[in-house]
Amino acid sequence: MNGTARPQDGDGAALGTRLRERDLGAAPATLNLLESATREDREQAAALLAEVSPAALGGEAPGHVIGITGPPGAGKSTLLSALLRAWRENGQTVAVLAVDPSSRRSGGSLLGDRARIDFDAHDRGVFIRSTSAGERLGGLAWATRAAAHALAAAFDVVVIETVGVGQAETEVADVADTVAVVVQPGSGDVLQFLKAGIMEIPDVLVITKADLGQLATRTRRDIAAALRSLGSSATPVVAVSSLSPPQGIGELTDALRERRGGGDVGARRLRARRSAALADFAHEHGERGMRALGGRRAAERLLAAQEPALETAALVAALEHAAGVR
Amino acid sequence: MMRTYAGHSTAKASNELYRRNLAKGQTGLSVAFDLPTQTGYDPDDELARGEVGKVGVPISHRGDMDTLMEGIPLGEMNTSMTINATAAWLLALYVVVAEEQGVAQDSLQGTTQNDIIKEFLARGTYAFPPAASMRLIADMIAYTVEHVPRWNPINICSYHLQEAGATPVQEIAYAMSNAIAVLDSARARVERAHEPGGAEAQQLMEEVFGRISFFVNAGVRFVEEHAKLRAMSILWEELGRERYGVQDRRHLRFRYGVQVNSLGLTEAQPENNVQRIVLEALAVTLGRDARARAIQLPAWNEALGLPRPWDQQWSLRIQQVLAYETDILEYPDIFEGSIVMDGLVAELLDGARAEMAVVAEHGGAVEAVAYMKGALVDSHRERIRRIETGEQVVVGQNRFTETEESPLTADAEGGILVVDPAIEAQQIEDVRAWRAGRDQAAVDAALAELAQAARDENENLMVATIAAARAGATTGEWARTLRDVFGSYRAPTGVGEAAAAPADIDLAELREEVARLEEKLGRRPKILVGKPGLDGHSNGAEQIAVRARDAGMDVVYEGIRLTPAQIAASALQEGVHVIGLSILSGSHRELIPAVIDALREAGVTAPVVVGGIIPEQDVAALRAAGVAAVYTPKDFDITQIMRDIVELLDRDGTAANGAAPVAPSAASASSAA
Repeated sequence: MNGTARPQDGDGAALGTRLRERDLGAAPATLNLLESATREDREQAAALLAEVSPAALGGEAPGHVIGITGPPGAGKSTLLSALLRAWRENGQTVAVLAVDPSSRRSGGSLLGDRARIDFDAHDRGVFIRSTSAGERLGGLAWATRAAAHALAAAFDVVVIETVGVGQAETEVADVADTVAVVVQPGSGDVLQFLKAGIMEIPDVLVITKADLGQLATRTRRDIAAALRSLGSSATPVVAVSSLSPPQGIGELTDALRERRGGGDVGARRLRARRSAALADFAHEHGERGMRALGGRRAAERLLAAQEPALETAALVAALEHAAGVR
Repeated sequence: MMRTYAGHSTAKASNELYRRNLAKGQTGLSVAFDLPTQTGYDPDDELARGEVGKVGVPISHRGDMDTLMEGIPLGEMNTSMTINATAAWLLALYVVVAEEQGVAQDSLQGTTQNDIIKEFLARGTYAFPPAASMRLIADMIAYTVEHVPRWNPINICSYHLQEAGATPVQEIAYAMSNAIAVLDSARARVERAHEPGGAEAQQLMEEVFGRISFFVNAGVRFVEEHAKLRAMSILWEELGRERYGVQDRRHLRFRYGVQVNSLGLTEAQPENNVQRIVLEALAVTLGRDARARAIQLPAWNEALGLPRPWDQQWSLRIQQVLAYETDILEYPDIFEGSIVMDGLVAELLDGARAEMAVVAEHGGAVEAVAYMKGALVDSHRERIRRIETGEQVVVGQNRFTETEESPLTADAEGGILVVDPAIEAQQIEDVRAWRAGRDQAAVDAALAELAQAARDENENLMVATIAAARAGATTGEWARTLRDVFGSYRAPTGVGEAAAAPADIDLAELREEVARLEEKLGRRPKILVGKPGLDGHSNGAEQIAVRARDAGMDVVYEGIRLTPAQIAASALQEGVHVIGLSILSGSHRELIPAVIDALREAGVTAPVVVGGIIPEQDVAALRAAGVAAVYTPKDFDITQIMRDIVELLDRDGTAANGAAPVAPSAASASSAA
């Protein structure tokens, strides 16, 4: 992995093949590789991603990529613990990518989510990885997006958990088939953000701590009313409680499945790959690169003209070719 | 009253120890329980591994309690039990055993520590979520006030807050806020049974208030510490009068027991701890107006390992010299009229009132647990910074470090008690034999009754708990029944809330090193920090986690009470480069090799470093088991530990990733973690 480590660890193509064969044990090494910044590892990472691209898989990766986001303290980790149990009871394998806000001053970060998610250490069907948000502003770290795509080849469900309201769900919507925003009763800011259009309308809205009774009921009613006034009355608003006996978890897993990809996973994934390619290109080549392409609109047109099965790296290469920066 | 905190190995061995101590002039019992008993697990539970009989005595059922108290007249004894999450259960066992001795519960005297908020904040031996824990406490208070009237159902502990780094102001404020939370919930319980504000309810609240006692700490800055205790008595009286309408002067008295500071005891030149302990004892005895009712002193070698009976005798003799040789008890309050003392007290009162207001703004002590935890982590970090920079002198540790060889630690076992590992196997056999030999139908019925009572807020859980104790249920069964109803819980770790590093710790060079390592490794150095076993003293682990973050690493902090399987799964899945384990309960000889086995079986090759109370003679065995480095209390410079870790990863970069082997034959093993 560091050039000198066991060579097979860094063999991207082999890891990609294992993921394609749904070998869950390939997940840790996959993440180690995708997070690495060395030139050699980046090349291997490209080989890995090519192995799990729609072209190699003969279609979209089967796993359901779900974004779960919401303000701190909304109860995301507790909800996730309950969802994990429900999915596992249903026989589905689950990977969780928990994105923690990073302490930018020192560059270090405390990844505390893992301690809050309750799972069985002996269970082979669950994989949890914490990652720091990284340096890029706006958008998830490259490794998180790439990992979500890769793990969707092997796991039945891939969850990306992020923190925040207003920007976070937009970022995660670029990767996930389904986005769920989690709020706790009485959180008026989410309501305001929805009404003001600061926040995109998610696929599913989850209200936690349903055991709070009236307050939860009122929050649910207010959010449903706001969604109606925005013309989105079909968006499910699910109230859950993880206190025993848990409520609403079955309803939520159903809603997530039904709302997958807003009905069209292929279209959502295609949009995700294209917006990822644009973000990667902009990150790599900056304003100057964008100008060379003739601006964002022109870049989007160029991407729209590409073959739909192309994976992100190939799309970036196409942009670089057009901009003459390769 | 003079006690030594004692208990270890088995009920039988502890019983012999108690009888010896009573013969030496000790006037009460102070029972230390082992961690499985404190957290509600039987000796044969996966989590109990390595912990049975280590920091105290294992008590799994009424048979064990019977052995523990054999030949000790419970009607005459004053027994203090350091027990919290499972306090209701241990009191029930005590009541049942007394009943068998023919002693009625209304004549029993003693204390159950029973303070759960400090468990969330500092000590980590909780078992149930906060609301359920508070209910258990309120139930015990209501029960004892009526049926065991000479029992102190709760000791509000500020002791452990100081051990976790609290300043005197924080210690006062958080203890008082904690007392308010307990009293409010006891009042709610009283008012459910009696007309709110009525004469009966008021009379009961007077008694409840009068039964609350405190368990405090005293550090080596003994003048300020004495002022702290005076401030606490003033606040307590004020609280009783103003918030709970208490009139009776006897009930308004601030009653406290004390165990002096262990945090400040050093591993380096441990003989110096004796004079620290003497000075700390002065803090709680000097002025009569704020004198402790009961004192227990730690042993000089606590930072090395478990004290032996001789070490405890030394601590008892310190008290006896103070009481019988000095003139300390001959005078009225010697600080009366002192402008300096009064000024100091006023300053502490101001600070404490302001901090209590902050806790109240959070909605009280239960809701403010995360806030207080974060504040304590910050204070402790400040303390460590002062020691690291030499601003705070610790003789023998960061100054005057040259020393002659100590004859005290020269024996084969390094001057500490070593618990025989065979005891765990024996206890496992015993509890299984107990389960096989009892009336199972009666136990099942009693536990079903307990679950029913737990679901009904109006039931007092003590009644069903005593019935289960009588029927022969075990500690693990009692706790599991309640966990099934209340849910389990993980307390906030406080490290997420901790602020960035203070400016005067110079980390620039270290960050540079970490950045260089990041380039070499390809991704940011990632460390897993966690505590295997049941020991909840998380100070050290928290400080390592925070400093690693400040140095620029990615830190997966997993907190306390982890099984080897959990640590291995996390290390593998998170792809960490190094694993830091902290352990203070003396179970490192069993647990650390178990963790390393689990890691290697999962295919994790990352190096393991260990910190904690590790006796010198165990270091070689840990190294042989594959530990890369061992840190003990004498390694107080955390930045240096970070430098060592960076160097270790730099040198050992090839083995330093937690990746699973990729060979398909190993794939199933690697995903099994």
